[in-house]
Amino acid sequence: MKVHTFKKGIHPVEFKRYTSSKKIEVLSLPDDVYIPLQQHFGVCCDPLVKKGDEVKTGQLIGVSDAFISSPIHATVTGVVKAVCSFPHPAGGYVQTIHIHRTGNDEWDLLPAYEDWKSISIKKLNSQIRDAGIVGLGGAAFPTHVKLAPPEEKPIDTFILNGCECEPYLTADHRVMVEMAEKVLTGMKILMRVLGVGKGYIGIEMNKPDAIDIMSAKAAQSGSDIQVTPLEVKYPQGAEKMLIYAILKRKVPAGGLPMDVGVVVNNVGTAVSVTEAVTEGKPLIQRVVTVTGDRIKEPKNLLMRIGTPFQHAIDYCNGLMNGTAKVFMGGPMMGIAQHNLSVPVVKATSGIVASTRVRELESLPCIRCGNCVRSCSMYLVPTRLARLSELGNYSEAYELGILNCVECGSCAFECPSSIPLVQWIRVGKLRVGEMLQQQAKN
Amino acid sequence: MIEEKSNINGGRSTEASKPKKKPDPRKKLYQPERVLILASSPHLSSTESVYKIMWSVVGALVPAVAASIYFFGFSALWMILSCVLAALVTEAIINFVKKDGLKIKDGSAVITGLLLALTLPPSFSISGGVLGAVFGIAIGKQIFGGLGYNIFNPALLGRAFLQAAFPVAMTTWTYPQTAKYATIDAVSTATPLGMFKFEHILTDYNDLLLGNVSGSLGETSVIAIFLGALYLIVKRYADWRIPVSFIGTVFLVGGLFWQVDPVKYPDPVFHLLSGGLMLGAFFMATDMVTSPITPKGSWIFGVGAGILLLMIRLYGGLSEGVMYSILLMNAVTPLINRYTRPKYFGEVRA
Repeated sequence: MKVHTFKKGIHPVEFKRYTSSKKIEVLSLPDDVYIPLQQHFGVCCDPLVKKGDEVKTGQLIGVSDAFISSPIHATVTGVVKAVCSFPHPAGGYVQTIHIHRTGNDEWDLLPAYEDWKSISIKKLNSQIRDAGIVGLGGAAFPTHVKLAPPEEKPIDTFILNGCECEPYLTADHRVMVEMAEKVLTGMKILMRVLGVGKGYIGIEMNKPDAIDIMSAKAAQSGSDIQVTPLEVKYPQGAEKMLIYAILKRKVPAGGLPMDVGVVVNNVGTAVSVTEAVTEGKPLIQRVVTVTGDRIKEPKNLLMRIGTPFQHAIDYCNGLMNGTAKVFMGGPMMGIAQHNLSVPVVKATSGIVASTRVRELESLPCIRCGNCVRSCSMYLVPTRLARLSELGNYSEAYELGILNCVECGSCAFECPSSIPLVQWIRVGKLRVGEMLQQQAKN
Repeated sequence: MIEEKSNINGGRSTEASKPKKKPDPRKKLYQPERVLILASSPHLSSTESVYKIMWSVVGALVPAVAASIYFFGFSALWMILSCVLAALVTEAIINFVKKDGLKIKDGSAVITGLLLALTLPPSFSISGGVLGAVFGIAIGKQIFGGLGYNIFNPALLGRAFLQAAFPVAMTTWTYPQTAKYATIDAVSTATPLGMFKFEHILTDYNDLLLGNVSGSLGETSVIAIFLGALYLIVKRYADWRIPVSFIGTVFLVGGLFWQVDPVKYPDPVFHLLSGGLMLGAFFMATDMVTSPITPKGSWIFGVGAGILLLMIRLYGGLSEGVMYSILLMNAVTPLINRYTRPKYFGEVRA
């Protein structure tokens, strides 16, 4: 088999052994769930319930009229305790619906279409929207938006992302091994909605069992679906890198995958699509890897959206002494948390607790070029970070700062421990403001 | 309550007299059990550090140092030790004056002292070496802001200073103590390059390879330098593109000249093995701070240095041109960086 990959990138230690062979367990239902009304890229939802309302599992509780948005559903059966501002794992405070669980699940499902092949494409897409499905890889982009590209951008290829290039995380790996059938069905549904004949599943070589199972299933499926083994390299799972690795197509700077005729979705998303279409189940649960060197018993857990981090961590026998950081997502792009009451959201792929690895004082840049050699977007991170630090945003813009995907490879490799990607993030923000200002004038 | 407290404090206004802060409503929501560190991702980093890089370079120079002591005796050791010490002391004093905190532990001053000593003639006075080290650190590096900010390789700048200040002493060479023709100690001779340039005498290649010839302390033994450099390149602490393009250019262009006129010009192998090319190409041109940051820039840097070196060797007044070729390329490095910026992923350039 030919192994595909992109250029540059880095090889961090994987730390996947904690959970890579552990079966997905179903997490016990928490007594209280906190469901933020903003769990997706796009417009925040408005609450449909108020304090004291009774809700059923799967009931629609938040919705927005905007196209780029995704509805929110209750994930347990119980009583709404409050609709208030609450800490969000992505930072800051977001309007959140607090539901106190009163008993076991009473379901409020969408219509189910067992025979999805005979359903109209329009209906399928609206079902995916109504089920609140967003990309589960981390960006949480509403899936129905990806499935409705403008007509002048024909889509010819569909890619399912099973790379999971972040260290520690194994949720997608276990999903592929244990729910291969659902992954493939979801992929076929998505391909049907897009009207695409050719599909690829990109999986890194460190998941040989997943490659085997998915290849076998794909061969039986009768569709033109091919499993592509990929080199173990970070950020292999970044959309643009994945497309380049498999198809050798370069998404133009500032563009989207649809500009090169491709739609990329995560394997977890495919499973949710299958459940939404064939069972009528909205997106109320997902697989999360609870791991790290400070978690007593790392596990892959199927949990309800809105479960507090603490509940999931307690199920894994809690944290060990010396926990310095807990972050949502992988260590390369994950978001550090300041308290563990924050809820699991649709974008939570992992909860990782770790000791502080290395926090050295930054030294001056010695121009070793490690960041240039690792940048998968071919930028010059040290220059961009410096420009951002100095406030020279117009030059940073000319050097392509907005193309940074914030994968963190540069800061990972920097021998001077310079917060490169962190400065670039600041720069991107300021450049964005600058451009808005210019557009106004 | 507030009045009472202010009375206790003798009527003076204290913190207690300020209106009480409203309790944070968020506190109701949660009470953090433990303090967690908040930081922006990435939360992992590689194990590389500036310290590791710099001390590895020092380690990689050990074979060259050993060879210099073997060929030129203990006077070489004294020269190396005094240059390193002078570099360290200068760095420490300037750190102190600038209130930077002691930075000598990063090892970069040790490298400067070592490289400078290795490029000096064996008969050069120790006080001269010390002067060069002080100049290299103070004017070559610290005046620009210290590690990472210097434009020129500090060791080479120190040597250029000595070359200008002591032109005779800097070009007075002695045979190594192990040389077969060294019958009398410290007899004055010319380097293999000088012998060819001015007298058209070729030196035996085996002697050049081992270092059994006259020349600067650490430049003579090609094998010792190559051993250390190999380690650096394998560890990726030196960009292989620079020595490959530098030496490759000297070999190819030098070979072209040799093809044109084999009597007037030396053959390319002689170019490679003689003089300071190996030390310069592997240890000085690859100095991270003063060499280009982009892979394409590294190629340009090496080719440019190679051509400059040949021009000086073949047409210049000096027999050796490694120092000036690298210094000149150092000067254009910022320009190279600017014009070799990689095209970013998906960029459409007009």
